[in-house]
Amino acid sequence: MPTNTYLNAATTLKSWLLTRDHKRIALMYIAGITFFFGIGGFFAALIRLELVTPAGDLLTDETYNKVFTMHGVMMVFFVLIPLIPASLGNFLLPLMLGTKDVAFPKLNLLSFYVYLFGSLFTLYAIVAGGLDTGWTFYTPFSTVASTSAVVPAALGIFINGFSSILTGLNFMVTIHKMRAPGLTWFRLPLFVWALYATSLIQVLGTPVVAITIVLVAAERIFGFGLFNPAVGGDPVLFQHLFWFYSHPAVYIMILPAMGVVSEVIAGMARKQIFGYSFVAFSSLGIAIVGFLVWGHHMFVAGQSIYSALVFSVLTFIVAIPSAVKVFNWTATMYKGSISWQTPMIYVAGFIGLFAIGGLTGLFLAAMGLDIHVTDTYFIVAHFHYVMVGGAIMGYMAGIHYWWPKITGRMYNEFLGKVSAAIVFIGFNLTFFPQFIAGYAGMPRRYHAYADAYQVWNVLSSAGASILAVGFTMPLLYLAWSLKNGEIAGDNPWGAVGLEWNTTSPPPTENFHTQPIVTWDAYEYPTPVEGHVV
Amino acid sequence: MSDNHNQHHIVPLSTYYTIFLALMVGTALTWWVATIDLGAMNNVIMLTIAVTKATLVVLFFMHVKYSSKLIWLAVGGSIFFLLILIVLTLNDYMARGWYTFG
Amino acid sequence: MSNGAAVAHDAHAHHPALAHHFESLDAQKEASVLGMWLFLVTEILFFGGALTAYMIYRTWYPDAFAVASSEIAILPGAINTAVLILSSLTMALAVHAAQTGERGKILVFIAITMVLGAAFLGIKAYEYHEKYVEGHIPGLGLPFRFEEEYYRPAQIFFSIYFVLTGLHALHMIIGLGIMTWMLVLTRKGVITPEYYAPIEISGLYWHFVDIVWIFLFPLLYLIGRHVHHVG
Repeated sequence: MPTNTYLNAATTLKSWLLTRDHKRIALMYIAGITFFFGIGGFFAALIRLELVTPAGDLLTDETYNKVFTMHGVMMVFFVLIPLIPASLGNFLLPLMLGTKDVAFPKLNLLSFYVYLFGSLFTLYAIVAGGLDTGWTFYTPFSTVASTSAVVPAALGIFINGFSSILTGLNFMVTIHKMRAPGLTWFRLPLFVWALYATSLIQVLGTPVVAITIVLVAAERIFGFGLFNPAVGGDPVLFQHLFWFYSHPAVYIMILPAMGVVSEVIAGMARKQIFGYSFVAFSSLGIAIVGFLVWGHHMFVAGQSIYSALVFSVLTFIVAIPSAVKVFNWTATMYKGSISWQTPMIYVAGFIGLFAIGGLTGLFLAAMGLDIHVTDTYFIVAHFHYVMVGGAIMGYMAGIHYWWPKITGRMYNEFLGKVSAAIVFIGFNLTFFPQFIAGYAGMPRRYHAYADAYQVWNVLSSAGASILAVGFTMPLLYLAWSLKNGEIAGDNPWGAVGLEWNTTSPPPTENFHTQPIVTWDAYEYPTPVEGHVV
Repeated sequence: MSDNHNQHHIVPLSTYYTIFLALMVGTALTWWVATIDLGAMNNVIMLTIAVTKATLVVLFFMHVKYSSKLIWLAVGGSIFFLLILIVLTLNDYMARGWYTFG
Repeated sequence: MSNGAAVAHDAHAHHPALAHHFESLDAQKEASVLGMWLFLVTEILFFGGALTAYMIYRTWYPDAFAVASSEIAILPGAINTAVLILSSLTMALAVHAAQTGERGKILVFIAITMVLGAAFLGIKAYEYHEKYVEGHIPGLGLPFRFEEEYYRPAQIFFSIYFVLTGLHALHMIIGLGIMTWMLVLTRKGVITPEYYAPIEISGLYWHFVDIVWIFLFPLLYLIGRHVHHVG
């Protein structure tokens, strides 16, 4: 192990809590995200337990409403949104740019504490008072009918939004202003392009959900009439404002995972990525087109049919940049010397599951079919294929790929492969039956259901327990590897990219000498002269 | 204006005073226009004046006229995405009641 | 200044305000200015969301909005517009003084800016009180008084009025806090012609809040005057 690393630079508690080192902040985010993933997972377990039998026997209907709301709020706002940008993004962005830190290190630390404060605030609010609106806070239920802790829960999410905005802002300035000499835009790793596109959505979208929360709070606290039909307001307007952010938010979750996949595939197939600029621009394309499609969440909500038609057509367009990525990844792997190690297995899982999630998204973009499956388990299955099969699988791939860089040690490769396989099997068993139950008409968000759906629900709950094993294993063997793992060396995968050109773990200022970039990204198989700094 | 030196551009004081006067005149003009009946043109004129005033503040008080293209892009980009929000939402409301199901 | 910029790189390599991860004060300032602009992008979308709601309801209830808007007295709003524009001028002059290194002037202009900002808030408070007296507060359990025909949509208008002006006032209060901080920084001698980014980006924020008001004034106060000569 190198003697001088960011981990042993100072070891007091204060040196962690007040650190401005993007790498330490990243680790604190990983801890926070893992914690909230555990909480969200606990609520998921309650849901799956309840649904083993058709009768609503474990939880009352009101408790069930609160449980699925808590699962959604925890997972969406406190796990998936910060998942990759705040953790791996924070760790890797300055390393990939060949710079010492992000543009605003103090702001970065502030983002973390805002995240922690906002999410703990919401956690407290919904554990103490409960929240039964679903994570979407639809009006007028949330503003006039619900008796649960809507305002405190929403306030925590509002606060958390600042964390997301500040991280996005910080990353954008960093990418514009802090690149190493010679590191032009078209030499950037694709993960950086993905982070840039993600940041764009965070900066442009989050404020709109923030004002929406303010309007809901004003209606609830002061009794203002903003969305309330009693004074002539329109609840559908809430949905417009809400989904203007919350649809692009889906791309906040998936884009960075796509960035991870590009890195891992190039590294593990040891090939120049196929169609670099197409993959780069498809990230921006998804970010921009993603803002044009929100109305597909509202096909049955009462918007005009003309408007629904426009949103339906626009939604199909998002499939193009997404497909560009998938085709380019497969083309990259074609005739590559792929080493099937843990990260690559997760990536293979990602591609398969994301393809299913994305293609079922096309079903839902088609207005006529969507009306049939709206508010059924088909929707639930679809977005879990994208969120878990996409975003979380991408995160797992990234954690395994960069673990040796982050910690300087290797995890147990065999256990890694096994866990990746278990996650893949457990995930499909959990969510594929939901497609079938949903298509057959099982509605979401009920604690009781018709007997005919029981077989699919039992399969799903069985799959969920396998999935739980698959996600617990990495927690254990990764923790074990911290002390006992093999020393990884600076570049265990033989990958190119600036982050592999420094020691593992890197020193506090990332590089021992300022890197000067004279090569393009992914110059495999033989790295050009001058790579090693 | 080259990128290197734009941050050090000092706007002459006379420019600030001129812009200030223009903004005050614009405010008075808006008030005056509001009181005469021009039909639909009232809104158009008042908003045109408001946009002009905002543009003056952005270009001169906020120094965007002397700033890099990136700043222009940030300003333009935010307006573009705000327009997406407004246009696609209005797109719904304008068409309410055109057709109904069934 | 521009011919001195290159020299400044070396002369101020160890400037106390230069953070360790930046090459030069110039690069650091460019980053802060870009960062503030991106923050203002979020502000544009933030107020933009509320303006979208305004726009939708105004197209739905044009008459009610015109009548309700006519209930608001123009004069305080117009005075406030002038006050804010003047404060933007003094803010710009403060940034100018920072660029030329006239510390006394920075302090004076920021102080005037703050006085004007406080005056704006005072007038705003007076207006809110008027609304309370007139029975135009659409919530808080207070009685809402309005002509029968527009009773319901007028509540939407005043709800949006209070949300938009309330958020704007909140931004003014935050602005006053930032300006206080700038006074402290300037007094401590941190601000120099080489390092005045804090004043510059605080100014950007202040001007932005001014711009919001430039739109709110016609949109909230003036939309029905030519038909309803009430206020």
